[in-house]
Amino acid sequence: MTMEQEAKEYTLSVLTEDKPGLLNRLTIIFSRRKININSLNVSSTEVAGVSRYTLVVTETKEHLEKVVKQIRKLVDVLGAFVYDEDQIFYQEIALYKVAARAFEQNGMIEKLVRNNGARIIALDKHHIIIEKTGTKHETHELYLALEPYGIWEFVRSGRVAISKSQRKTEAFIKELENSRSNKLSIKDF
Amino acid sequence: MEAIVEIEEKKKTVAGSESVLKCLLEENVDTIFGYPGGAIMPVYDSLYKYENKLNHVLTRHEQGAVHAAQGYARSSGKVGVCFATSGPGATNLITGIADAQIDSTPLVCITGQVASHLLGSDAFQETDIIGISMPVTKWNFQVTSAEEIPYAISRAFYIAASGRPGPVLIDITKNAQQELMEFDYKPCEKIRSYQPYPDIDGNKIIEASKLINEAKKPLVLVGQGVTLSGAENEFKAFIQKAGLPVASTLLGLSALSTKHPLYVGFTGMHGNYGPNLKTNECDLLIAVGMRFDDRVTGDVKTYAKQAKVIHIELDPAEIDKNVKTNVAINADAKQALKLLTPLVDERSHEKWLKEFSACDDAENEKVKSEALFPNKGELKMAEVIHRISQVTEGKSIVVTDVGQHQMVASRYYEFDQKKSNITSGGLGTMGFCLPAATGAKLGAPKRQVIAIIGDGGFQMTVQELGTIMQYDIDVKILILNNSFLGMVRQWQELFFERRYSFTEMVNPDFVALAKSYNISAQKVTERKELNTAIDGWLSTEGPALLEVIVEKEENVFPMVPAGSSVSDVRLE
Ligand SMILES: Cc1ncc(C[n+]2csc(CCOP(=O)(O)OP(=O)(O)O)c2C)c(N)n1
Repeated sequence: MTMEQEAKEYTLSVLTEDKPGLLNRLTIIFSRRKININSLNVSSTEVAGVSRYTLVVTETKEHLEKVVKQIRKLVDVLGAFVYDEDQIFYQEIALYKVAARAFEQNGMIEKLVRNNGARIIALDKHHIIIEKTGTKHETHELYLALEPYGIWEFVRSGRVAISKSQRKTEAFIKELENSRSNKLSIKDF
Repeated sequence: MEAIVEIEEKKKTVAGSESVLKCLLEENVDTIFGYPGGAIMPVYDSLYKYENKLNHVLTRHEQGAVHAAQGYARSSGKVGVCFATSGPGATNLITGIADAQIDSTPLVCITGQVASHLLGSDAFQETDIIGISMPVTKWNFQVTSAEEIPYAISRAFYIAASGRPGPVLIDITKNAQQELMEFDYKPCEKIRSYQPYPDIDGNKIIEASKLINEAKKPLVLVGQGVTLSGAENEFKAFIQKAGLPVASTLLGLSALSTKHPLYVGFTGMHGNYGPNLKTNECDLLIAVGMRFDDRVTGDVKTYAKQAKVIHIELDPAEIDKNVKTNVAINADAKQALKLLTPLVDERSHEKWLKEFSACDDAENEKVKSEALFPNKGELKMAEVIHRISQVTEGKSIVVTDVGQHQMVASRYYEFDQKKSNITSGGLGTMGFCLPAATGAKLGAPKRQVIAIIGDGGFQMTVQELGTIMQYDIDVKILILNNSFLGMVRQWQELFFERRYSFTEMVNPDFVALAKSYNISAQKVTERKELNTAIDGWLSTEGPALLEVIVEKEENVFPMVPAGSSVSDVRLE
């Protein structure tokens, strides 16, 4: 097996027109091939009317390239890009709900929060809500640290990612508007 | 202020339903296939006034309408149009839409929908056709106000016909059909997020020409992409200059005359012996406008591994999907061939071509002589097709259904004119043929259209005899009756130890059935009657049906069993 064929975590960034139903159009391309989406985020971009979908999937590069080409075929998709971890800056937000009693018992939790670069965003007599922004690995670390105190609820957001490439979204879209050429081809990964 | 509002309102003179028809006229539509119902009644009411501008054909089932639109699109090269009501009307279109999607047929399907305030409420005949059709359309869109109609329809035609063609569905709520609007139509010419024609990479053309000029045993596979881009002449010039043998995929048939000296046959599961075998012996495989379907490749792991591969293909998602290429030219076939032909050397590959002839000899001995010229026993499908091919000189449009008869027709009809092969390839939809043939005739009224169907598939859309009767559509229908779901039975015989589980059929009297629709009909059981019957049938004025009773348990060979290597093509 070559490196190419090993399943790895990839981040997909898909620029689309802001149209209803697009999420469905995108996800059926994954579900058709029974690919699980690890996380998903939809947001606006700096260009009015353009949305960005950020998806994280674990797949082989080869398989993913086929999926991406099918995504690019969607009429309302402006561009689709696949990134390795080292090609992007990315963050996820995690929220943890922990019993207030655990907090009162000793100062440990407060220390944990501080050491992990997290913060307490709410506190009442029943529970505390802790927020941590970071990579999945970092938010998981804090999860493990808090686990002995009893986690009532845990939630992690989809990934938001910004590529290290020099491409500007607006310029990319201008290029599409001005040319008859196709969406970025696979060699532009 | 009030006065302004009034003037604005006055400009709104056209009902949404009528604007649908005006849009179709703007797109040069002349024929629509459809079936009415509650949610699309306003459109049908408008159609009443447009009867002399738009020819609407009332089919007998929405599946009939969509397949007819497909047949129309494929014989005319235009976009096929069909109408259906909401709910069951819309869902009945799905098989045809899926078929059009996988076989790249341009369609605009317009469905009625419940009023927009009822959407999502499980109203009478409400179904989420946008959701249902999403995976099988190139694009779809729901219109909920009359103003959106020109936008939606202009985009629909642009998307359906450009790039790799495909089906589009526009769902129009009833209120949008009833509202008044100001009509203004601009055809869609560009969508920034949709770039149907890629820039051609000149380096790839040069690389491809080098491989072609160096090749000793090149083989070209021609697919429907050549027909869709209207590149038949460019293709012929290309292969003639470089002396390249050509094999055709199922949908590629008729892109090159079967009589061309470089044509070496049909490839794939029931294709000819040579093209299959030689795929794994050639040193260069040049695929033009085809997508390496598994019915062509068999086991991809053992497919053409010895060869370099050039893939000329418009849809980037097809490149490297099934077969890895050495040189991929992402382009419309016509454009690519126009650039490539000047760079290839004038050559001939006589010795290599002779290897194909040798394969033909083997196939003749083992398969063809017996199939085409049996002198005893029951009638065989191949001899029937052969006779039809001779009488029509390979010049008819042949529409086939799915099964043994389809493979036999594809093998033995000697196509000699372009745009003559209409069949359900990718989806393999039984029931496709009869309605598709009616549409094909309306799309190419000057040409003879022959529908070749099995007794099974005929009964899947037999109701379309009613359409043929009502509009007197001149199709010549051939039923090759083996009283079996023949292709499934063949698999049962070869791979399931002859356990004929639910494949034998008790059939109605097809001749009487056709006659009840006022369609002239005849049945043949004896070899000695065959030629006269075919001649009579083909020269009948108007629609006519010929039922030929053929051998019940005949098998189609050669065969590449599913999942096997093309090298393992079996002659018996
Ligand atoms: C809608 C649909 N259902 C089932 C099949 C599976 N199938 C493929 S060929 C075939 C038999 C076709 O029988 P018939 O129409 O009599 O043609 P023959 O093979 O005998 O020529 C069947 C059932 C199909 N292709 N399409």
